[in-house]
Amino acid sequence: MSEHYPALLVILPLLASFFISAAGWLRPVCCFPLALAALGSSLLVSLGLLGDVISGGPVSYWMGGWPPPWGIYYRVDYLNALVLAVVCAVGFVNLIAARPSVEKDFPEKAGPFYTLYVLFVTGLLGMVATGDAFNLYVLLEIAAITGYALIALGKGRAALSSLHYVFLGTIGACFYLLGVGYLYIITGSLNMEDIARLLPPLYESKVVTVAFAILMVGVWLKMGFFPLHAWLPNAYTYAPSPVSSLVAPLMTKVMVYVMIRMVLTVFTVDFAFLVLRLNEVVVWLAVIAIVMGSLLALAEKDVKRMLTFIVVAEVGYMVGGFWLGNQAGFTGAVLHILNDALMTLCLFLAVGNIVHVNGDSRWESLPGLFRTMPWTMGALVVGALSIIGVPPTCGFFSKWYLLLGAIQGGHYGFLVALLFSSLVSVVLFFRIFEIGFFEPFGASHGSAHGEGGPAIQEAPLGMLVPLWMTALGLILVGLYTGEIVGRVIRHAVPGMML
Amino acid sequence: MEPLSSLKPLIAVLVSLGVVPILISSRNANVREAWTFGAAGLKFLIILSMLPTVLEGRELVCTLVEVLPGVALRLRVDALGMLFALVASSLWIITSAYSIGYMRGLDEHSQTRYFCFFALALSATIGAAFSANLFTLYLFYEMLSFATYPLVTHHQDAEARRSGRKYLLYIVGTSIGLVLPAMVISYHLSGTLEFSGQGFLPRSASPILLGVLLFMFLFGFAKAAIIPLHAWLPAAMVAPTPVSALLHAVAVVKVGVFSILRILTGVFGLDLLASLHLGTAVAYVAAFTIIVASLIALTQKEMKRLLAFSTIGQLSYIVLGAALLSPKGLMGGMVHIAMHAFGKITLFFCAGAIFVATGKKYINEMVGIGKRMPVTMTAFFIGALSIIGIPPGGGFLSKWYLVLGALQADQFPLLLVILVSSLLNAAYFIPIVYRAFFVGSRETNFPDTVSEAPIFCVAPLALTALISLALFFYPQPFLDLAQLAVQALLGGTGK
Repeated sequence: MSEHYPALLVILPLLASFFISAAGWLRPVCCFPLALAALGSSLLVSLGLLGDVISGGPVSYWMGGWPPPWGIYYRVDYLNALVLAVVCAVGFVNLIAARPSVEKDFPEKAGPFYTLYVLFVTGLLGMVATGDAFNLYVLLEIAAITGYALIALGKGRAALSSLHYVFLGTIGACFYLLGVGYLYIITGSLNMEDIARLLPPLYESKVVTVAFAILMVGVWLKMGFFPLHAWLPNAYTYAPSPVSSLVAPLMTKVMVYVMIRMVLTVFTVDFAFLVLRLNEVVVWLAVIAIVMGSLLALAEKDVKRMLTFIVVAEVGYMVGGFWLGNQAGFTGAVLHILNDALMTLCLFLAVGNIVHVNGDSRWESLPGLFRTMPWTMGALVVGALSIIGVPPTCGFFSKWYLLLGAIQGGHYGFLVALLFSSLVSVVLFFRIFEIGFFEPFGASHGSAHGEGGPAIQEAPLGMLVPLWMTALGLILVGLYTGEIVGRVIRHAVPGMML
Repeated sequence: MEPLSSLKPLIAVLVSLGVVPILISSRNANVREAWTFGAAGLKFLIILSMLPTVLEGRELVCTLVEVLPGVALRLRVDALGMLFALVASSLWIITSAYSIGYMRGLDEHSQTRYFCFFALALSATIGAAFSANLFTLYLFYEMLSFATYPLVTHHQDAEARRSGRKYLLYIVGTSIGLVLPAMVISYHLSGTLEFSGQGFLPRSASPILLGVLLFMFLFGFAKAAIIPLHAWLPAAMVAPTPVSALLHAVAVVKVGVFSILRILTGVFGLDLLASLHLGTAVAYVAAFTIIVASLIALTQKEMKRLLAFSTIGQLSYIVLGAALLSPKGLMGGMVHIAMHAFGKITLFFCAGAIFVATGKKYINEMVGIGKRMPVTMTAFFIGALSIIGIPPGGGFLSKWYLVLGALQADQFPLLLVILVSSLLNAAYFIPIVYRAFFVGSRETNFPDTVSEAPIFCVAPLALTALISLALFFYPQPFLDLAQLAVQALLGGTGK
């Protein structure tokens, strides 16, 4: 059983999505339990897989028994075992929180929603697990197309934003495919390890360089790496809450993983860092992304939209950390994939609760929230502290590694950008907290023991429990950073960076 | 001696954290306050129970989890930490009583929130006192920053919002902007963050880098309110008075200077500082703060703001004492943590009691108040004596050691600073006391009838005043602890 984990991980939710789709016609009530069971079992499988990798090293799987480079080949090593667990966990927790929103906002579309939701997660899982560059493209499109549809479920400008995303996302995917095509032309292979084996004599070839450049641009476009982020804020803002809190934590992070995978396994670290010597340039791009993301976030007066720009800045953290090219930077980038997914989930879930109760997340809907929604705001505070980088939340530790990487690499621009972004985050979040805490002025006075005043109007328990699970997860993951880095991430660091 | 592995430090930190859910859920205010007292008392007893072990020269250690290679979340109780924890935890009990008198006397809103965050802040304070390494210290330092924000802004009006902003800007801005990078650089240089008697920074690092690091730490821990990063403290006086008393005279600001003491002694080490002449540089920064803050205090019209500037000056005494790098100077600085705490909290309690009883905040409105509130103003007088450093105030002892320390270090200008500052302290405190008692019936603002604040306000301030006096005659626990701490740093030459 255990040896089929890599396949089960993807096939379980893929099959389940057909049943959910059918259930949407026949018995809509069954959609949610089916989706929950599918993603729950995926989560268990991914944890089992992570355990296997920790105890026994990387796992390989030949689909249908066809050996690579011809068959589809799945390979789970330390790096993607971790990312797989993150994707499953976020997908599962967010699914629980999604139910009340779905029932309130579009009950008639529950069937399609859960189908798309599970398919989206399937696509992401496949992208992370696969060891085949073309297979990755197929799964990328599965995730992307379901993502467009999910975003278009929103109200108002959601459809237009989704269309914008379709155009740019398609360009990104095409660039990726083009890059893979170039590689296929010159090596005749699509299997990642096979390509890596065939490439070294061809490092000087222009085709390889062009393939690398096109592929990177495609991946950066898909992850919203500044200035290729234009599609991201609108798409994530106008999407329905349960979709934002699924897509925002996962899509960008998985694309960061794809970037790392392409450099590590396909083009190899030697080529990217020693032959092309792009690292300095890319780290500076990341510096710009971090600074601009933070500044653009300052201009927003809507919590959800502000968060989307924080996502843009955080992408810069990970890209920059990886391209620092040293052990601490790599560790920070990979750790931040995990941490940022959880932080973003926490924040978007909290905003989802506010939207669920108040109708929207603009600043006008914030006054008095600490009194009326204390639990939601409490979790928002935890998430914000993690983004700011306050120990013991996990955000501190990835920032620590990134800072350390910047110092070890002598890249002080990146160091300053990280600190700047942390300070801007303090301003960003405390503006929100101030409105929630102080306004409306005078409302809190007059009662000695905290009674009276507006009554508590919280989101349903079904949304609060996942939110607080995530918030506590931020602290637990933070405290167990030592374990995570020592048992998993340290083994994923490529030899050249040690 | 081998450190003793024990869970007590952890329990001491967590007691007040654990009581928060109970505080939130209690429907009855009296029950809630009973729990606060229970937690405060328990916390003090646990800390007290560790005192004999520490006095024997042993340390208690509690390692929780290793978060970074070579850096664990670890608590360690040594003499210096013990000294600070004793002060903070004993004063929490007294402040809890005072809080009841003050908050109920003024019928304040959101008292549950108030007591919860107070408990949180105390957890963070004790955690900082018992931190075994820079990471743990930073963790609790930040926790304290965010836990005190709702206390500072308790009134939830426009002024509280402004002050809260200033508070965050200074405290969090410096801790993220300066301490965090300094900490990462230190880790990069030495691969550890664990405090040690000789410091952990490598002597081989470039002197310029070490100097920059030292000043990043010195100004980064802005809770110590070293000029020019002091402006948050007067602004934070918008908080209810018990908050100003315990947090902005004892816990928060002392965590700042305590962190700087740890940096000087545990990160850099006295030898390294002496060989690079960095101690003298820090001492002069502190001396500048002492004099300027005292001068500004002279010009203040509002009682709590005057006390705030007085605090800024007194905090730098502690930094100065340590920066002298002489055994007596170190002792003076450490003992001053305790002496200043009891003296200054008395003064804040008095200011709050006057506000509760009469609604007066400005000093020129307090003419003749000694006739109306004799107990309060007598306590004020005792507190002022201790701060100025006149016997029989406890503050005399710490200043005595500081003067000796300056002599030992051969720093005549700094000796002068200590003496001049004492005169300035007298110049801003004595007129208040004088005009409270010795005015004719024409000038006085108050009728002759005695009418004190509620008993929950008066009893605590009388108690802290008495302790201030008692510390002059029985300073042993604090003096012994400081002695031990200095011995540990200097390897037995602290006599």
